[in-house]
Order: sequence, then structure tokens, then C-alpha cells
Amino acid sequence: MANEEIIQQQLAKQFPATDGKIRIQRDRRIWVEVPLGIFIQFFQYVKEELKFVEFCTMTGLDEGANLAFIYHMAQEHTGIMLNIRITAPKPDPVIPTVTGFFPSAEIPEREVEDLLGAKVNGLAPGRRYPLPDDWPQNDHPLLKDWKPAVADVKAEVKNG
Amino acid sequence: MANVTIPIGPQHPALKEPERFDLTIAGERIVRLNSKLGYNHRGIEKACEQRTYINCLYLIERICGICSHSHATAFVQCVEEVAGLQVPKRALYIRTLIGELERMHSHLLWLGIAGHEIGFDTLLMYAWRDREVVLDLLAALTGNRVNYGINTIGGIRRDVSPEEVVEILKGVDILEERTKYYIQLASEDMTLAERLVSVGSLSTADAARLGAVGPVARASNVDQDVRRDDPYAAYNELDFKVITDTHCDVYGRVLVRVGELMESCKIIRQLLKNLPEGPIAVKAPRKIPVGEAVTRYEAPRGEDLHYVRGNGTEMPERVKVRAPTLANVQAVAKMLENNYLADFPIVLAATDPCFSCTDRVIVTRESDSGNAGVMDWKALRAYGIEWYKKNRGLDCSRIKLRSR
Repeated sequence: MANEEIIQQQLAKQFPATDGKIRIQRDRRIWVEVPLGIFIQFFQYVKEELKFVEFCTMTGLDEGANLAFIYHMAQEHTGIMLNIRITAPKPDPVIPTVTGFFPSAEIPEREVEDLLGAKVNGLAPGRRYPLPDDWPQNDHPLLKDWKPAVADVKAEVKNG
Repeated sequence: MANVTIPIGPQHPALKEPERFDLTIAGERIVRLNSKLGYNHRGIEKACEQRTYINCLYLIERICGICSHSHATAFVQCVEEVAGLQVPKRALYIRTLIGELERMHSHLLWLGIAGHEIGFDTLLMYAWRDREVVLDLLAALTGNRVNYGINTIGGIRRDVSPEEVVEILKGVDILEERTKYYIQLASEDMTLAERLVSVGSLSTADAARLGAVGPVARASNVDQDVRRDDPYAAYNELDFKVITDTHCDVYGRVLVRVGELMESCKIIRQLLKNLPEGPIAVKAPRKIPVGEAVTRYEAPRGEDLHYVRGNGTEMPERVKVRAPTLANVQAVAKMLENNYLADFPIVLAATDPCFSCTDRVIVTRESDSGNAGVMDWKALRAYGIEWYKKNRGLDCSRIKLRSR
């Protein structure tokens, strides 16, 4: 049995809520959808037990009614990537931080806060990323209904 | 003595791109670093959602001038996976060839900058002279010194002729000879070693914990390389070594990169010797089906990650890019702890940072009011004339413009 299938079975056994929601797309690529309520236990398990010790980054998506977040993890030496997808309702998109597991998650978490308006519980206060400090607080450019007011801009206007 | 915070950037002679680093120092020693990124954020991910896949490819390639092929390849690999395309083997070999030539020009560029940052400008001159050999090869193969435009969805756009193979091999011979000299220089020259050993230290545990990638991680003895661990293009058919080093400092980062130059020469020879015959591309549909893919690419600076989601149309639903420098930023803060302020330029440079890659919105706003505005060329000129009159006392209205 391939390593990917073993991981799939272990995950389904340990977290029955994910059974049927784990997809092996190709060699070394596993995708799994995890309920928000068990996300942290799931995350801890894949890091500590399955040795997905590299947090590559996270991708935030606007899916209409929900925001989705995909955590791209890689296993030590095997090259297998586990892509963990969680969703949160768009009006209240609160997700927990994973900086306790991976300090390197800080920047991607600030990115989904800035670009999609997610609220990351437990993320320490710090400088925003990547938008400028004076960017309006409730203006999140990666939301699908966000339209650039000056998409065909021909010149940059600067104060002074 | 009380701690002092020194802001470096966003515009500073030690930085090649705009980013801000606030260094808190006690005397000459750095206590901590607080960085502010985002000055180069151009909204490329958002822009991709409003462009066709082929348009996106050219935009993505312009994320970075140095590792443009890395981004373009990572992107097309995602799209090809979603579309279920079988890329011809010859195309995969040529993609890999361009990727390794890119690695060589990037590492030689870096070697020169590193030399310059420590006052060793002879090394800068030597390395950049040798880099011209690679750039000439890339220009001959693709038509460009950077931003090669070699990739397309489903393969590549230009083939490599037998005459070009001969020229590449000649160039690789020269580069290998020069790399041997750099390895000798790095191993035997006391000046280089004494300047760089124990500077910008990053332990193996810290490198792994902070998610460092590429030569930075490997120089801290983290044995990882996407080309071996998660092979793409032609890498699963190639024999090469992953170069690691146990120095865990700037010196180790030099040794890893010069070692990787030798491996690139080895890889290029293998690719040319075994270059398969056949087509260089398959036809790709304009509309890419619903689906998603994530790919990792070992760029010269480390792991470059792209995610693409297709929605059945000609334009992607979402494109995500995580460039290697972003992964290394937190490691830089650790490397600087307890180092001398004067070491800041070389410690930062030793990560081979690329902030164009790191930051990726074309939106302009008046920064105080938050109001958006559009100016045509005429209005911008009138604004400029008025501003200079009011603030500088200069009358620029009589300057004639060339007709456009």
C-alpha cells in the first residue's frame, strides 16, 4: 500500500469526521476537509504523529458564503503534501492560530486577515501584512466582491 | 546603556528593494529585529483572477526578475495538473535545463553581492563577469537574459537545437572551472572565512522551527531539497547531490551555494546527454476545468509554492504564491540576534532576499484620505506643475513634452 493510502486510513480512523473527505489527487498530494471544531486536534496529530513537520504556507479563498483556508503541510523526507482545508462563515470568519505549532505561520495568518478579513484567534499583536498601515480597516482586496476603484489606473497619485 | 532602535529602510543603501527593518541595538549588538514587509505588494494574485491563464503566465513570470522561470514553471505545473495534461518529456527536460541555468546565474549574482557587502569587490567583479556566460546562454536559448518566456501551458515554446547544445556544454565547462576556483577561494582564503564564520548563525533546530528553506536551511544542515524530496519536471531521472553544510552561518551559505553551482553543471550535462526526442508541447484547452493543485519548486532561493484553483472558465478562481524569501524572513530575525549592527547587510544578503517575490494589487489611493482617484496623463502633468510651483517655487509649465 502506498504511503499516501496509509496516511488516508490513519486520518479516517483517528478522525471519523474526515472519512470520505480525504482525496489522494496524485503521488504525494493528499487533500482533506476538516470541520473547524476539530481542526486544532487534527493539526496537532498530523504534525506530531504523522510528521508533517513543514508548514509551507496557507491559502485563503473567498467561496461565497464561506471563507476557506488551506494549510499546505509537507512530511519530512517523503515529499508528501497534506493540504488541510477548513471553512468559516464569511460574516464571522474566525479561525484559530497555528503559530503555537509553527511560528512561521504568523505572516500567512496576517495575510489572510489583511486580504480576506479573516479573524485569527490567538495571533499575537503585530504589524499588518502586506497592506500599508493606512489602508482602510474593512477593505479586503481578495474578497470576490471587492472591486478596485482604480483598476485601470494610469498614474499613481501621491500626497505632496 | 539604553537600547536604541534604528530604522533601516524602506529606502536604504544596504537594501536593494524597499522593506523596513527596525533594529533594536544595545551598544553595537543587535537585540532584536522588527520587520515591515509589503512595500512591493503589487496584487498579482488578485490580478490573475481577472486574466486568462496565458496572460497570468506572463504576469506570474514577472513576479521576480531573477527567478522568473521558477515562478512560471510552478504556475504551469499547477495548471497542467488541473487540466490533466501530459507534458512531453523533451519539454520537461528543457524546463529543467532553463531552471538550472537560472540557478547558476542567481547564485553567481548572489556571490557577487555577498562579496560586495563584505568589501570584497574583486569577487563581485569576477562573479558577475562569469554570470555573463550563463546570461548569454539563456539569451541564446530563450531570447532574453531574464523573463525567458520559455514556458507555456502544456510544454515549452522554443526547442533547443544541436548547435545550442554544443554551446551550452562549452559554457558549462567554463562555469565549472570558475566554480572550482570559487570553491578553492571559499575553502582556503582566510579573509573570507574570518569575515563570515560565526556571523548570522542559525542552528539546525531554529532553521527547521522557523521554516527556513533553500540554501539558508541547507547551510544550517537541514537536509531538504524539493528537487529530490518532491521531484517535478525531469528531476526524478537525474543524479545529483543535495548540498548541506554544518557551519550554520554566512560562511556555510557561501559553501552551499558554490557547491550547488557544481551540481548544476552536473545536472545540465546529464540533461543534454539524455535529452529525449519528440514534441515540446501538447495543446492546452483555453478553459481549465474545475479543480485545484499545489506545486513546490526548488527556486535558487528555496522552495517556491504555487496554488491554483480552476473554475471551468478561461480565468483562474484563485492563484496563490509563496516565495522562498517570505519563508526565510523570520529566520533572519534569529540570525541577527546578538550580531554586530555592521553585520546586518551581509546577514540579510546571505539569505539572498527577493522582496519582489515576497510581496506580491495595482491600486493607488491618496494615503491620508483613503479616497481613490484616477488621473489621466494631462491631469497628472497639471498636478505636477502645480506641486512644484507651490512646494519648490519652480515653474515647470514651459517644459515641452515630446509628442507621445
